[in-house]
Amino acid sequence: METIAITHSGYEIKRGRIAEITELTEQEKLYRIVLPNDETLDHDPGQFVEVSLFGVGEAPISICSSPTRRDSFELCVRKAGRFTEALHQLKAGDEVGIRGPFGVGFPVVPLEGNDVLLIAGGLGIAPLRSLINFIIDNRRDFGKVDILLGARDSESMLFGGELAYWDKRIDLNFCCSVDQAAPDWQGNVGLLTGLIPGVTLDPLKTIAVACGPPVMYRYVVDELLKKGIPETHIYLSLERHMKCGLGKCGHCQIHDVYCCQDGPVFNYRWVKKIKGAI
Amino acid sequence: MTQALIRKEKLAELVTFLASRQKVVGPVPLSNGQFKFAEVSSLAEMALDYIPTILPPKKYFMPQHETLLKYDVAKGQQMEAVVEVEELTLFGVHTCDLAGIQCLNVVFSDRPKDLHYMIRKNHITLIGLECSDYCDSYANCGMLRNHLPKGGYDLFFSELEDCYMVDISTHKGESLVEESGLFEPVVFEVEKQLQTLRKAKKKIFKSEVPIRYQDIPRLFDETFDSDVWKRLGEKCLSCGNCTNVCPTCYCFDILDEPELDLSKGRRIRVWDSCQHENFAKIAGNESFREERFDRKRHRFNRKFRYPMLRYKRIFCTGCGRCSRTCMAKIDLKETINALMEERG
Repeated sequence: METIAITHSGYEIKRGRIAEITELTEQEKLYRIVLPNDETLDHDPGQFVEVSLFGVGEAPISICSSPTRRDSFELCVRKAGRFTEALHQLKAGDEVGIRGPFGVGFPVVPLEGNDVLLIAGGLGIAPLRSLINFIIDNRRDFGKVDILLGARDSESMLFGGELAYWDKRIDLNFCCSVDQAAPDWQGNVGLLTGLIPGVTLDPLKTIAVACGPPVMYRYVVDELLKKGIPETHIYLSLERHMKCGLGKCGHCQIHDVYCCQDGPVFNYRWVKKIKGAI
Repeated sequence: MTQALIRKEKLAELVTFLASRQKVVGPVPLSNGQFKFAEVSSLAEMALDYIPTILPPKKYFMPQHETLLKYDVAKGQQMEAVVEVEELTLFGVHTCDLAGIQCLNVVFSDRPKDLHYMIRKNHITLIGLECSDYCDSYANCGMLRNHLPKGGYDLFFSELEDCYMVDISTHKGESLVEESGLFEPVVFEVEKQLQTLRKAKKKIFKSEVPIRYQDIPRLFDETFDSDVWKRLGEKCLSCGNCTNVCPTCYCFDILDEPELDLSKGRRIRVWDSCQHENFAKIAGNESFREERFDRKRHRFNRKFRYPMLRYKRIFCTGCGRCSRTCMAKIDLKETINALMEERG
């Protein structure tokens, strides 16, 4: 057996340097990462990268910064298993391996010129933040923008400072709700889906994008359809284990599509036809 | 495309010639009536009238363990991508297994291409061998028309009365024929014998299940909610034997194998199985195919329906290995029959 060195393997990593780590909650940290020679990641909102630590492994993490901010990119990582625990041990200045970006992200082109309804549940705010900040940085290209956010409680709400900023901006309608309210909570209480009926929108001019735990989608879609939004105007970001990112390993396969290459963002018209997709 | 013939008494000499050039792998009998592809140096070590080997020749194209990267974390995340190759001649590959290799080629050459696979496959010489009859009752190659050669080889041997007709399909194959000096030009009598063989095969190989090739994907589409899957789920042990022995199952996992100093190591690719419970699990332990019936149905659909949409071909070769190896006696032909019966 002979071992030949090759270049352009899909498995080669780029050496990303962690420029900054921000602790968002006890469970989630935000990593700002810089590529060698200040190379731009050049991603679309909603795409993901494979993050790797040699000796530990590799995991798909969605990019939570907008591609308009080109000097670095950000990943929000929840401590959920062996790999993410190892990531949480790292310090600023340490390196991680980066492959990607991969997949089809949020539908930026169809969104342009239309009203936008963005819905995030729990950790779903992380990928959706890439789109929200992309829209903010190109604000005049989009119509009315509504952001609905749901979290378990106020402690688990991510990007607190930024949420306040979105709330303050006159060109964004921001609304959030918590499942369980602390005594000092002054906002909405209840499921995220409860916020949808209150949104004023022109259903034929609105495109809805939702990102959150799989269990959330059916309820969210029901509410959106009740508002008269056509199925083709609804996009969902699906969560699967995207192991290789290259449409080969089979872990993320949903029927005949690979979530890592054909998704993770899909139009509801397709999702509806596929049993087990949500 | 051209043909030659080789006398049967010269076949041993040919294998010796091939083995003098590079490693030769062929079907070798095991003590229990089974066969495996293993290295040989002579014809005598092989059994050319074999039934499908335990593992298909997939193991040479996509090894069970394969190094993708060598890494060193002493000074950051340093790595080098590598491909492990071996000059190899695969001798005596049946048409079902040639079809299996063609399926793998399609998957790994689809963009984004898998260079590790693409480079390795070009170091392998493929010599096919025609079957004149069914290997056993598990095979369903007739239904998938894989009892006849459909390319994917360098040389292809068809056994006739006292010689083999050899189809030369590539320049690589032609060089072997010329360099060995063991082949003769084809004569009319031998051509006629091949036609007779093919005619006889037409009578022997029939679709083992009463369904036309082009109707197979639709059957799986229409029976997605069938109770047949529930029944299979109750039998299935989720062992993954069917995916290991399948010539077209290519699912894999990627793992790191550190050396003892923990600084250097390898990132490797290993076979995985969609039949395992944790295969489709995500962070937080949610699984998208939690039930066995769901995983079984996924595998069948990945053979007969999904790849038709994606790669325009069925990913079952008809080799029968999954039925032959299943500990729970889940049988592919019986399953298709049951689906057809239920659909009506």
